[in-house]
Amino acid sequence: MASSFKEVLNSGKFVITSEVAPPKGTNLEKTLRHIELLKDKVDAINVTDHQSSVMRFPSIGGCLAIKEKGGEPILQMTCRDRNRLALQAELLFASSRGINNVLCLTGDAVPVGDHKEAKGVFDLDSLQLLKTVRLMESGQDLGGNDLDGAVEFCAGATVTPEANPIEPQLIKFEKKVEAGAEFFQTQGIYDLDNFAKFMEYARQFPVKILAGIILLSSARMAKFMTANVPGIFVPQSMIDELATVPKEEMLNKGIEIAGRMIAALKKDSICDGVHIMAIGKEEVVPDILAAAGL
Amino acid sequence: MKSITKQKPFDEIKGQLAGFDRIFIAGCGTCATMTKTGGVEQVLEMKSQLQEIDKLVSGWTVIPIACDEMSEVAMKENDRAIQNSNCVLVMSCALGVHRISTYIDRPVIPALDTLFIGVEDTPGYFHEVCAQCGQCIIGETAGICPITACHKGLVNGPCGGTNNGKCEVDKEKDCAWTLIYERLKAQNRLDLMRKYQPPRNFQASPRPRTVKIS
Repeated sequence: MASSFKEVLNSGKFVITSEVAPPKGTNLEKTLRHIELLKDKVDAINVTDHQSSVMRFPSIGGCLAIKEKGGEPILQMTCRDRNRLALQAELLFASSRGINNVLCLTGDAVPVGDHKEAKGVFDLDSLQLLKTVRLMESGQDLGGNDLDGAVEFCAGATVTPEANPIEPQLIKFEKKVEAGAEFFQTQGIYDLDNFAKFMEYARQFPVKILAGIILLSSARMAKFMTANVPGIFVPQSMIDELATVPKEEMLNKGIEIAGRMIAALKKDSICDGVHIMAIGKEEVVPDILAAAGL
Repeated sequence: MKSITKQKPFDEIKGQLAGFDRIFIAGCGTCATMTKTGGVEQVLEMKSQLQEIDKLVSGWTVIPIACDEMSEVAMKENDRAIQNSNCVLVMSCALGVHRISTYIDRPVIPALDTLFIGVEDTPGYFHEVCAQCGQCIIGETAGICPITACHKGLVNGPCGGTNNGKCEVDKEKDCAWTLIYERLKAQNRLDLMRKYQPPRNFQASPRPRTVKIS
């Protein structure tokens, strides 16, 4: 499935992406196993960029590994750790190595991670990074200089359909669309009715929306995320559904729920695809796809 | 406007004073008095703490305004006691520490950390509202500075870490962009939030910053 992600996005097919997290260290075994497992089953694989502000092997390294294995990587880039020189340099490097998909993110705050005394950079924000990608495609850098060899990217961003209040989030979403985002991978969604309402609004914009599907591995996790993760809301009925099965069956129930949501989104053509986040349980992504009938 | 300070942990102060047995203490009668970090009471408390660890306090003063030339007057008035000391422990913000260091030849040791320039919202509650970035955009953000009030200093709207009007780094902290949104909405000026803010110029006034008024 290593056809270009941009082509897949524009093909009209229901797009499936997933993600892998690089290791904390140089032992790439697990990450490579996940890449191997996913590369032919999904249209593209995101590689997280020091997710939750935890220092890890770099996103760009994970993307190169995906390329080497014949997969299609999406480079996640946050603005937390690099200033505009470093961000642009990485875009040049990525483009030169055939990594042509980038997800532009603000990045989690430094204090939520494992290097709590570090300086949060935020020289650019996610919107300015998107604009930078588009500028560099035109052959220029942020300093107004010509590039000897431009970049080429399919650029994406994120949106939180369950944010409260929602309007500031939608204003930023529209700014991201104007800045040139081609696709959005949303924060995890669980309430399909709410999501369908968001999609009614989002459909007016010329962008592809991939619904974020975060695997629920237990009722406790579902409760925890609802209470603590910004923009995540798991309906009580879903928490109850997980709680009805014995502990050792909860993961399977979570897989079933994720599969059911994906199937429903696809059946009713609610959105353009899904982005599956298994958060440490990447090995079950094929099971989620099977549960969705894909 | 006040320069907000916090006393350093006593062990850190003690470490800085290693090798200095005779100490002169200078407090400040303005901001540090209001924040209860360098007024008469705190200076006297420091004096007894130092005596408890066998330091000799050769004298003390609370300068009315430590960051201006009153420091020079205060240093001259206390010349004998300062000459009789190995160093001056300053309980003012860093502006005062800097000022005093220009008037005397003794080492100057800060007893406080200077946190921010803030305003007092309610008695005893000090709050940072300006980061003195040199490129003010609060005309477009309803008077709330996103450089200061947003943890990440974002200028184009909220990040995904905002939750029910609060910030991902602290559930007690208001999300700057929710506040800005609510005020702009009330003023019927949400179009300002839709405006693209370009990358900031971090060299608008290169450090160290100076201004000469003619």
